[in-house]
Amino acid sequence: MCGFAGYFGPVREPDALLRRMVGSIAHRGPDEQGIFVSPEAGLGHARLSIVGLADGQQPMSDASGSLTIAFNGEIFNYVELRDELRAKGRSFRTSSDTEVILHLYDEMGEDCLSRLNGDFAFAIWDARRHRMMLARDRMGVRPLFYTQKGGTLYFASEIKALLDAPGVTAELDPIALDQVFTLWAPIAPRTAFVGINELEPASVMLVENGRTTIRPYWSLEFPAADARPADESNSVEELRELLTDAVRIRMRADVPVGSFLSGGLDSSLVSAIAARMTPESLKTFSVSFDSPEHDESAFQQEMAAAIGSEHRTVACRDGDIARVFPDVIRHAERPIIRTAPAPLYSLSGLVRDSGIKVVLTGEGADEVFAGYDLFKEARVRRFCARQPGSRMRPHLFRKLYPYLPGLQQQSVEYLAAFFGVGDATLNDPLFSHRPRFKATSGAKVFYSEALRDTLKGYDAAEDLASRLPRAFTTWHPLNQAQYLETRFLMPGYILSSQGDRMAMAHGIEGRFPFLDHRLVEFAAKLNPEQKLKGLSEKDILRKAAGDLLPTNIRERPKQPYRAPDSQAFTGRGDLGYVGDCLSEDNVASTGLFNPKAVTKLRQKCRAPTSGFRDNAAFVGILSTELWQRSFVQQNRHKEKAA
Amino acid sequence: MTEMTKNEIRNFIVESFLFGDTASAPADDASLIENGVIDSTAVLELVAFIEERYGIAVSDADIVPANLDSVARIDAFIQSKVGAVAA
Repeated sequence: MCGFAGYFGPVREPDALLRRMVGSIAHRGPDEQGIFVSPEAGLGHARLSIVGLADGQQPMSDASGSLTIAFNGEIFNYVELRDELRAKGRSFRTSSDTEVILHLYDEMGEDCLSRLNGDFAFAIWDARRHRMMLARDRMGVRPLFYTQKGGTLYFASEIKALLDAPGVTAELDPIALDQVFTLWAPIAPRTAFVGINELEPASVMLVENGRTTIRPYWSLEFPAADARPADESNSVEELRELLTDAVRIRMRADVPVGSFLSGGLDSSLVSAIAARMTPESLKTFSVSFDSPEHDESAFQQEMAAAIGSEHRTVACRDGDIARVFPDVIRHAERPIIRTAPAPLYSLSGLVRDSGIKVVLTGEGADEVFAGYDLFKEARVRRFCARQPGSRMRPHLFRKLYPYLPGLQQQSVEYLAAFFGVGDATLNDPLFSHRPRFKATSGAKVFYSEALRDTLKGYDAAEDLASRLPRAFTTWHPLNQAQYLETRFLMPGYILSSQGDRMAMAHGIEGRFPFLDHRLVEFAAKLNPEQKLKGLSEKDILRKAAGDLLPTNIRERPKQPYRAPDSQAFTGRGDLGYVGDCLSEDNVASTGLFNPKAVTKLRQKCRAPTSGFRDNAAFVGILSTELWQRSFVQQNRHKEKAA
Repeated sequence: MTEMTKNEIRNFIVESFLFGDTASAPADDASLIENGVIDSTAVLELVAFIEERYGIAVSDADIVPANLDSVARIDAFIQSKVGAVAA
């Protein structure tokens, strides 16, 4: 696990450029750095040593010197692939997974991607063909960004490295901001930065003979809703075997592997399987909160005791989120509308301080096995829409959200209205996500006139809808909702802002057994009722958990991971930068939001009753202003200094 | 009386839910929910405002969109309650 940067095309002082770019992402790879420079292209690498500690230095070239790779991530099936390649007569100079990719590319060219089971982003410079290849893993665990300037392609694991390239500047993309304020994340390849793109998950970019092509090498697909259902007889056993193997190959490392433990089904299951494979006590890590509605400590401790793990907890107390939030935005590199990444940033710090570099997590299970409340909500909305006048059916919305007191007190009529039961269009491809998009969009009331003019005519939700695959309309509604979560929100927000970026800020590698593509493909073929049975989420996963978990962990309803939002910035969290960023002068100078409205919002959020929209707006505006300060203003200072 | 009440309701909505953005204020008969003006927390803020400003009691059964989902409906609801008290 590491970070890399590089270029293809003419540059001045390539050594200094690469060292500067890699220096900007040194947190991703604190163990060592290396660069490779040729007349046409260059690669730089910051290494976090996990596999092949002594001989896995990068950038790495093959024996002929014609292929060179810079690689971030892990190939979990590298042992099997290496055995295959050896059987074909290939010899290896190192014990690393990096060399396996080089050999496989030499054998198969870009088709090698189909053989890789892992979380990866890499660049291979093929001097024979004068070709640069960039590739990214199927689910979008590892990041890869690029931009073109003056006929040169620059690329890097994080955008901050690209800002070191000549002529590349930081400017907020208003469309991306509107996507965040609607969908929670920019739609790839767009990023928050004008002119800087992200390589989409499961994609490969080839730059050769002056031509750039980008194409997907894998896609998430579901069976048609009217297709004959798959044989269910062995599916629980098959799932347990697949998950066990996904954990097993993710335990491969030349350093100890720990595990996050939230106290929910997913991370508990992963930890339980990992504990059985760890000769000594598995090290597990959790976040606890002062606020009872966010805290899951009791479940975490119960689970740690059940598997005999060596357990450590980072307490997220009053003021802690605000203290780290500027760093969170610096690492996330985008505005966000939730504070949830902040406790994970602190948790990764605890992991690092405990001497662990690699952690397993339960992330991905909610997308793959339909765990989110949103999936249940969409089902209830369809149920209500069949009898729009029903006074009984909307009661189910209360059952879905026991942790939202504002909703519990609503009348049946209001519940139906808030969830759009009366005006729901069942054939709308975004049916499942409309209430979320609408609630989030409420925060746009704070846009400045200038931003509204810029965005006139743009509709982020319709933009998203236009990118759906042709077969989408033939899928079961649950699978449609899962696709939207898995293909867009998961890489765009969960795996980046909450995942890779928060972990890598502390040089920690997260591994995600539920995102093993074999498991993802298996789950996609399941009968939707095996995932969401009535209103019981992740049904097949609970069955597969069997005796691995204590009953009340296995059977407990999902508690969504949440953190205090605007409340995190009151009291002890009301730090100086909050007032500076949200001051009328600052808000007016950045020009994106209405300064007087922001002042009123800040006053309102001091009361404990602020709702979803106000919270999303507060965090969204604060993070946007921090983003401006961290990138745009700093970039200007750098330009002036130069 | 009605126009004055409507003005007060409009002002409350603009100040509390639109943070002073008069340009986004919905028409008197436009749905506050469909236009994204209020969420579930805001409904309770609206009820508190009506009770405190007009001195009327709003029962749970009154808290339905038919009474509260537009400026015009809120106004009509208040008039009916005030009228009932006066009678």
